[in-house]
Amino acid sequence: MKEYQTITEISGPLVYAEVDEAIGYDEIVEIETAQGETLRGQVLESSEDVVAIQVFEGTSGIDRDASVRFLGETMKMPVTEDLLGRVLDGSGRPIDDGPEIVPEERQDIVGAAINPYSREYPEEFIETGVSAIDGMNTLVRGQKLPIFSSSGQPHSELAMQIARQASVPEEEEGDDEDGSEFAVIFGAMGITQEEANEFMQDFERTGALERSVVFMNLADDPAVERTVTPRMVLTTAEYLAFEKDYHVLVILTDMTNYCEALREIGAAREEVPGRRGYPGYMYTDLAQLYERAGRIKGRDGSVTQIPILTMPGDDDTHPIPDLTGYITEGQIYVDPDLNSQGLQPPINVLPSLSRLMDDGIGEGLTRADHADVKDQMFAAYAEGEDLRDLVNIVGREALSELDNQYLDFADAFESEFIDQGFETNRDIEETLEIGWDLLSMLPKDALNRIDEEFIEEHYREDDAEREVVEAAD
Amino acid sequence: MSKADTTDAATDSGVIQSVSGPVVTARDLNARMNDVVYVGDEGLMGEVIEIEGDLTTVQVYEETSGVGPGEPVENTGEPLSVDLGPGMLDAIYDGVQRPLDVLEGKMGSPYLDRGVDAPGIDLEEEWEFEPAVEEGDVVEPGDIVGVVEETVTIDHKVMVPPDYEGGEVVAAEAGSFDVTETVVELDNGEAVSMHQEWPVREARPAEDKKTPRTPLVSGQRILDGLFPIAKGGTAAIPGPFGSGKTVTQHQLAKYADADIIVYVGCGERGNEMTEVIEDFPELEDPANGNPLMARTSLIANTSNMPVAARESCIYTGITIAEYYRDMGYDVALMADSTSRWAEAMREISSRLEEMPGEEGYPAYLAARLAQFYERAGYFENINGTEGSVSAIGAVSPPGGDFSEPVTQNTLRIVKTFWALDADLAERRHFPSINWNESYSLYKDQLDPWFEEEVADDWAERRQWAVDVLDEETELQEIVQLVGKDALPDDQQLTLEVARYLREAYLQQNAFHPVDTYCPPEKTYLMLTTIQTFNDEAFDALDAGVPVEEIIDIESAPRINRIGVQEDYEEYVEDLKAEISEELRSLY
Ligand SMILES: Nc1ncnc2c1ncn2[C@@H]1O[C@H](COP(=O)(O)OP(=O)(O)OP(=O)(O)O)[C@@H](O)[C@H]1O
Ligand SMILES: [Mg+2]
Repeated sequence: MKEYQTITEISGPLVYAEVDEAIGYDEIVEIETAQGETLRGQVLESSEDVVAIQVFEGTSGIDRDASVRFLGETMKMPVTEDLLGRVLDGSGRPIDDGPEIVPEERQDIVGAAINPYSREYPEEFIETGVSAIDGMNTLVRGQKLPIFSSSGQPHSELAMQIARQASVPEEEEGDDEDGSEFAVIFGAMGITQEEANEFMQDFERTGALERSVVFMNLADDPAVERTVTPRMVLTTAEYLAFEKDYHVLVILTDMTNYCEALREIGAAREEVPGRRGYPGYMYTDLAQLYERAGRIKGRDGSVTQIPILTMPGDDDTHPIPDLTGYITEGQIYVDPDLNSQGLQPPINVLPSLSRLMDDGIGEGLTRADHADVKDQMFAAYAEGEDLRDLVNIVGREALSELDNQYLDFADAFESEFIDQGFETNRDIEETLEIGWDLLSMLPKDALNRIDEEFIEEHYREDDAEREVVEAAD
Repeated sequence: MSKADTTDAATDSGVIQSVSGPVVTARDLNARMNDVVYVGDEGLMGEVIEIEGDLTTVQVYEETSGVGPGEPVENTGEPLSVDLGPGMLDAIYDGVQRPLDVLEGKMGSPYLDRGVDAPGIDLEEEWEFEPAVEEGDVVEPGDIVGVVEETVTIDHKVMVPPDYEGGEVVAAEAGSFDVTETVVELDNGEAVSMHQEWPVREARPAEDKKTPRTPLVSGQRILDGLFPIAKGGTAAIPGPFGSGKTVTQHQLAKYADADIIVYVGCGERGNEMTEVIEDFPELEDPANGNPLMARTSLIANTSNMPVAARESCIYTGITIAEYYRDMGYDVALMADSTSRWAEAMREISSRLEEMPGEEGYPAYLAARLAQFYERAGYFENINGTEGSVSAIGAVSPPGGDFSEPVTQNTLRIVKTFWALDADLAERRHFPSINWNESYSLYKDQLDPWFEEEVADDWAERRQWAVDVLDEETELQEIVQLVGKDALPDDQQLTLEVARYLREAYLQQNAFHPVDTYCPPEKTYLMLTTIQTFNDEAFDALDAGVPVEEIIDIESAPRINRIGVQEDYEEYVEDLKAEISEELRSLY
């Protein structure tokens, strides 16, 4: 392997070096500084005599005399089932004082695209135990469903609750039919030590660590490394899912930091920026991460993704949430207003969406009335929400009886249905029964989205029926 | 696109000089613009997009990681073309027409490997050819010389390629042939097979473009009823994420009364294509009960697949559409999403360091969009048949803001605008097409068809609905300030009528087995039922019945259930009678 001491330019996270052999695009590079420190990087652009290298750890300490080695291969992740239970840094190196990891395979972290023809459509309900999700925006195996939040909101608590509680109903009596096990892969990108500790403590407290792999790139770790962390995570996830049959839940936090790193590299390369300074290819780049969720025909495992992102300025038209929403299969909104009202979890169901819900619910999957109940609750809550503005102006007396019922419904929906607490685990049956309790606050006639048959079966004709259910809580 | 077809045209080879993502430059390559080249040791497919001095710039349709300077580049000397012939229906392609099912087999993996190629149609499969000409007949370019049954639904017409000269038929025989074999021979030595090639960036020739006068009936109430598109028309569906672009496109692909559907998944989700692949073979074509897949060709270049192939997938799709149009079919092409196509252009353009136009898009964005939609239309073909290509493009504006370049440039061309609305989607009003903003410029030219085929007061009824909805919009502004109860009785009643229009007529649940498809007759009857309620209710009001009592009648809420009725005719008749009876009994 040839060594070069030919660095011509250092600019932000980029290093340019002259070469006299062919260097492959995306190849891995090692740079050794005069102080003997070894930094890693990747070829961003390769031409006959000069290459541009993106240095993961940042370029400080590099000077013209640093030596550059090209490893002749693209970035790989050493994978093995033994990764379960381990804590790694953002580049996939163990940081937990555990034994050395002996890889079974080394896989390219870029990951080829799944042939759309080879995919299997995701339709297996995952019970998260959170009513706002299970009832209104159901998650299924192989889905990518991000949490849209903003700084200071309890998105981590929600993610931990999902990771802790997530199960597929049939699994409860022991193993899944196909014997697949559940694993969590946690990828931290630029979060604070404190946030990271919360996750780690929760993992340890619940014993979840044993079935988890943790990748940590913290706020004070190199920013450019964040561009490889999710690829390491997803390569591990694909291996466990599609070669070892695990049902893998991937939590990536915080995607906003990942995108900032992309922007930094783009700026250093003096690329023509897209919207708000983010690279024009950010859609494609994010898609190459998010599209690695899914199911594959003939394989038992699955990769489900819950990326978390904090929306700058709580604005969902910002390029990061916007492009994410255009790629993922829905989104869950964590709402600062609901949070300040003390709701746990503070999920605003109205803008939230699960696009794979329709095929994942219904008879034999959740319950026959689920779709209708969901539609009606959305409509009624939206109606109640609208009326809240009006009632501030004209007062409750000026509203019709039905409008008042909608207002009461919206209040009860938040306090009974949404605000369940981060520790409560509700099964789908319970979620739907609470739904019927609430819908029964409205006159039967108003339930125009529900099949008459279901109204017949579930509508609480009098309060006594409702209390029975509440008492059974 | 098949590598095997490389002819002896000016082939040449060069050497890679630099690699940056999907853009590769080569030295010493003798090539023309848009020639297809094979790049690197692995032979990755690419297309020449710029020639400057000794340097040729290529966009590569596959991932380029690991490819480096010094590796070879080979020119095929041919422009990017598609293989046309039987076998395109019931197929699923990537953006350069490689069949994804064949690739899965060849690669032996669910992941898309590099450097693997396959022709767009199976060159070995045999088809039962039935000639439509006999010896002595004189045929011209484009003429139909025979037929093969491509699927249960579609007879594939074998045509003389448009770039042939034509002449007298000297041999034409029925029998079983593969697509490379000659089925008809002409006296000038030209041999017609079931296989043609056509460069994707060039429109196939046609005799004449005509004014479209037949609707593309979609089975979606708000589209057929308020904003219809013509066969041969163009439409855009812009909307923020999650507002219903894809569901609308899928609904059209399922229920539109076209002969052929070309569905282009351009830079969107893998699972959405999988859904089509899994659902369409099971779903019934409303026209004939055959599997929907039998009239469908799919092109899937998902968001994580190479960006250059995303740029080309739109062209691959429209060329296939034109080919079936030439046979005399009505083809509908859906492109989801044209914004991803435009972004692919932007990405390539910025790697070429071209001068960026608005928001970084290349200056030729508007021209490319126009060229694409221009290929749609109702045509008289060169063989005398009539056929159409309808083009329906989803647009995904950043932040849902319609003032951005792709939406704006699209709106300057297309004649139907279905504006999706995040507010409606949020309250689960689906399809969340905003009835105030949307429009169709085909309405007037299609009314005669609806009046002839459905009901002679079709246009009048629609106008009534539009008026009520307009009035509601105005009244809602007042309601926001003072509450509903402060309005006079007649206006309160108008709001109630408008509510039925919104909830029963404009909303339609794509996931309900019955409601998902609504024939125009049912669309019409639903509207007449609401109008019956309107007329009877206003009569009652005039007779002094308080508005609360009118609104409270028991039968009216059943209007909301018309959509889910299979035997809607009887239901509607009974319901109208009941509404009248109940309201009249109040005075
Ligand atoms: N006609 C409809 N009936 C019922 N539900 C619908 C309808 N249209 C849309 N939806 C709901 O809205 C969701 C989002 O729709 P869709 O996936 O079509 O959005 P989109 O505009 O294509 O978004 P993106 O730009 O992110 O691809 C669907 O998953 C479905 O739940
Ligand atoms: Mg879509």
